[in-house]
Amino acid sequence: MDNFRLKIITPERIFFDKDAYMVELNTTEGEIGVYAGHIPMTCIIKPGILTIRMDGEEKEAALHSGFIQILPDRVTILAEVIEWPEEIDLHRAEAAMERAKERIAHRTSETDIVRAETALMRAMARISVLK
Amino acid sequence: MASMRDIKRRKSSIQSTQQITKAMKLVSTVKLQRAKQRAENSKAYFDCMYQTVSSMLAKAGSIQHPYVTGNDSTRKAVIMITGNRGLAGGYNSNIIKLITKGDFNKEDLDIYAIGSKGRDALARYGYQIKAVYRDLAEEPAYSDAMAIAREVLNAYNAGEVGEIYLAYTAFKNTVSHDPKLIRLLPAETGTETEAEGKEAAEALMNFEPKDEEALGLIIPKYVTSLIYGGLVESVASENGARMQAMDSATSNAEEMIDSLSLLYNRARQGAITQELTEIIAGAEAIS
Repeated sequence: MDNFRLKIITPERIFFDKDAYMVELNTTEGEIGVYAGHIPMTCIIKPGILTIRMDGEEKEAALHSGFIQILPDRVTILAEVIEWPEEIDLHRAEAAMERAKERIAHRTSETDIVRAETALMRAMARISVLK
Repeated sequence: MASMRDIKRRKSSIQSTQQITKAMKLVSTVKLQRAKQRAENSKAYFDCMYQTVSSMLAKAGSIQHPYVTGNDSTRKAVIMITGNRGLAGGYNSNIIKLITKGDFNKEDLDIYAIGSKGRDALARYGYQIKAVYRDLAEEPAYSDAMAIAREVLNAYNAGEVGEIYLAYTAFKNTVSHDPKLIRLLPAETGTETEAEGKEAAEALMNFEPKDEEALGLIIPKYVTSLIYGGLVESVASENGARMQAMDSATSNAEEMIDSLSLLYNRARQGAITQELTEIIAGAEAIS
C-alpha cells in the first residue's frame, strides 16, 4: 500500500508528522477516508474522530475544527483544536455533553442552536475517542 | 561643587535604580525566549493557512461573498495590540501613533483594544473603545484569538463595520520589531499575474463545499489565525523592546555611576588637600 505524508498542524505545535497509508475523518460533507493518490481537495472539518492508519499501527484523536488540504502525495490538516485520547478529560466532556443536550432540548429564541450542536458533536467526539 | 555627601547619596540612588533595570532586563530576556519559541511553533500553521487562503483568493476574482466584496458601512474596526505595562521603549507608543497619525477618521473607528496601555492612550484622545481584553496581552491562547475574531466578525456580518484592521508589532528578530497595520477584511483578492503563478501549482485544487461556502468557513479561521499570530508576535516584540530599553537604561546608569565616582574621588582628594594645607599653615603659625 502506498504511503503519503500526513501533517497535522495546530497553532501551538506540530501535532503529527509521519507517513500514513490512510486517514479517516469527518467533514462538512460527510465522513471521508483518504488514501494516497487522492485528487487535490480542500475540505472543512466537522468535530469527529480522526483515525490515522500507519503500517502496523493505528492512532485516533479527537478533531474538532479546522480544514484539510489533500494532495496526491501529502495531506495537511490545519486543526484549530485536536487532542490525543490521553489529553481528554472524560468527566468534563460528559458534563459538556449534558449541557449541550439540555440547551438543545429546552431551546428558546436566544439559543444559538448551531453553537449548541457543535458543542454536542465535540463532546461526543471526545467521548467516543476514549471508548 | 556638590558636597561629598550629596554625591554619595546620588550615586547610591542610581545604583538601586540600576539594580531594578537589571532585574527587569533579566526577566524580559527569559520571557522573550519563551515568547519567541511560541512564535516559532505557530509559524508552520500560519504559513500553511496563508498559502491555502491566498490560493483560494487568487481564483476568487468572480466570487461574490461579503468577506471579499465588503459591505456598505463606513465604520472601521481596529484590533490594536499593545502591552499592559510601559518601560518598553517605543513599543506601545509606536502602535498608538500608527492609529492616531494614520489616515483614519477618528469618528469612524471602533477600537478593540488588547492591553491596557493602548486603551488608556486612545481613550484619552477621544477614540471610541468598543471592547477591552486586558488579560491576554501576557500569554495569549488560541481560544482568546477565537473569541476576539468571533466578536469582530459578528460586527462585520451585522454591517456595523465595513473594514477590519489589525495593528500589531511584527517580530523580526530580537533587536528589530516593526509596528504594522494590516487589513483583515474585506480580503484582498489576488491580481491576475499572481493568480497565474499560483495556478500552476494548485491548478486542480477542488473545494468541498463549493468555493463561496468554503470561503465563508475558511475566512473566519484565517482571521483568527492572523489575530493569534499578531498576539504572539506582539508579545515577543514587547519583551524584546523591554529587554533593549532596560539594557540601555542599565548601561546609562553604569555611565552615570562612573562619572559620579570620579567626581566623588576628586571631591575627597580636594578635601584631604585642603585639610593638609590647613594643618601645615597652623603648624607654621605656631613655630
